[in-house]
Amino acid sequence: MELNTSNQDYVLSVENLTVSFDGFKVVDDLSFKIKKNELRVIIGPNGAGKTTVLDLISGKTPATSGSVKFQNKEIMKMKEHEIVHAGIGRKFQTPSIFEDLTVFENLEISFPRGRNVFGALFFKRDEEVKARALEIAEIIYLKDAMDQSAASLSHGQKQWLEIGMLLIQDPDLLMLDEPVAGMSASERVKTAELLNKISKGRSVIVIEHDMKFVEDIAHWVTVLHQGRVLSEGLMEDVQKDPKVIEVYLGHS
Amino acid sequence: MSRLFPTASRINLLILAVLLLIVIPIGLDEFRLNLVSKYLTFSFVALGLVLCWGAGGILSLGQGVFFGLGGYCMAMFLKLEAAQADIGCTRAQQELGECIVQSTPGIPDFMDWASMTELPFFWLPFNSFPLTLIMVLVVPTALAYIVGVAMFKRRVGGVYFAIITQALAAVLSILIIGNAGYIGGFNGITDLRTLHGWDIRTDDAKVLLYFVTAILILLALVVSQIVLKSKLGSVLIAMRDQEDRVRFSGYDVANFKIFVFCFGAALAGVGGALFTLNVGFIHPTFVGIVPSIEMVIFCAIGGRFSIFGAVYGALAVNFAKTIFSEAYPELWLFAMGAMFIGVVLAFPEGLAGLYKVYVEPHILKIVRSMKTQTSNISSGK
Repeated sequence: MELNTSNQDYVLSVENLTVSFDGFKVVDDLSFKIKKNELRVIIGPNGAGKTTVLDLISGKTPATSGSVKFQNKEIMKMKEHEIVHAGIGRKFQTPSIFEDLTVFENLEISFPRGRNVFGALFFKRDEEVKARALEIAEIIYLKDAMDQSAASLSHGQKQWLEIGMLLIQDPDLLMLDEPVAGMSASERVKTAELLNKISKGRSVIVIEHDMKFVEDIAHWVTVLHQGRVLSEGLMEDVQKDPKVIEVYLGHS
Repeated sequence: MSRLFPTASRINLLILAVLLLIVIPIGLDEFRLNLVSKYLTFSFVALGLVLCWGAGGILSLGQGVFFGLGGYCMAMFLKLEAAQADIGCTRAQQELGECIVQSTPGIPDFMDWASMTELPFFWLPFNSFPLTLIMVLVVPTALAYIVGVAMFKRRVGGVYFAIITQALAAVLSILIIGNAGYIGGFNGITDLRTLHGWDIRTDDAKVLLYFVTAILILLALVVSQIVLKSKLGSVLIAMRDQEDRVRFSGYDVANFKIFVFCFGAALAGVGGALFTLNVGFIHPTFVGIVPSIEMVIFCAIGGRFSIFGAVYGALAVNFAKTIFSEAYPELWLFAMGAMFIGVVLAFPEGLAGLYKVYVEPHILKIVRSMKTQTSNISSGK
């Protein structure tokens, strides 16, 4: 099915990506492509290189070799903030929000305006910012917590807030690293709803451990093992793949 | 307005203004007032540290460098004016103690002692007072910019940054001490007399300089408050906790660190220039490691998260130093060390933290009840 699609339909294409730390190849000649408006889940056992792949795409870790093209533009040599400006948002595994600020201020900082020094110094908190923050807060179930300090949120709410901080930037590609880690069952359900809502009109990459959650959200799954693609396909097919069962599903 | 200056900040500013502009000038004699001026010049540095360290999480152990640069800039101007006044001095006048005869008239005395016959090029801008004022701001800021770009763009931070700034303090003081002919060496730049003919050594001048210093620190507080309450201030605080999150929110983190480091340096430079004016000399010991660390202690004891705390910290520690070192000179350093340890262990937010917990709620309560009373009166109840 991928043979007929032209390059234009891919928002992200990763080609022959390799990174080695002290000679050990954490990501080894990895290639995959993400289509426009696709929700892709990357799974794999511990140490498969899932988070490292996100680090490489978002510019946190420099790659040893290979290429990452975002909307047909090479982004390998770009700095983190430039990659964000290009339209890639990334959520970390542990919720990283600004605990000393309020929920509103967290969203305000993430609002994509006035992101250089003097832009920030003379930034005006106008109606546009307030309306947009409110709109996002509603999506992430935090409408009533706007003036609350972010430190006082529950773990699940912090995860949502970080997702909200990405949403307010309106990225074309959203990368979420274990968004339901540490969440309660009801929070997981709400997060699955949230994901289905926000994946409309943009591409999303989700890294996840929780197989039940993956079944809820995923159609197309990439399985990583030792820095390589072990299997790729529909969730139900991947689950039947004997290689996958051996390295990953069989153990869990 | 209320976003930039919430009620609590306005009250704090008012209390400090009343204290600095009314209570202290009435309560203290010229000598003690001059001491307060001197302490206040240190509070510019502590204020810069509140922004860099308290808000931005960047600990600099070399703020004395910027303080010293500001102080030296001002001293160079005053020294040139003093040297000009000695042109045409005769032996007879020297014997009366009116002036000093130099083999090369018109250059600072220490250059003459070092057998120099010409003013070095970097002294030339300091013939002009407006240029000197610009240099007081530009020289510390430019050095901070260079250090900031070199460090922060390479993502050097935390302890490593602190160590490098400390090394910078050592380097600059050694540089000054080693160049007696160019910049006065170990003796510093002394015997400063007049500013545009106005004698800065008289009691009247000292009182006026006190008010200039007090008004400028209040102004610096207002500017700092505006910076902290802008989105840039939020970004600084965000950066302190989650640098990566700020980076992945589309900010070039290094530029924000450079900005706040430069801002702190400019404040320190102003403080240094005022120090020279108030005290009448500048000395390489104010550039080195020890004063740089003392400034951090002023900031920590005052409360590193509070811009007002910086002022009270500088005043309180220095008063304690004056009183304590008059009685037990050899014990002072131990006392200061004990104070610092006490602050870190017992109340990490310093004096400002104590004030916030024990005093501020009461003041706010009084203000609120006053407000409701006046609104009741005005609404005719």
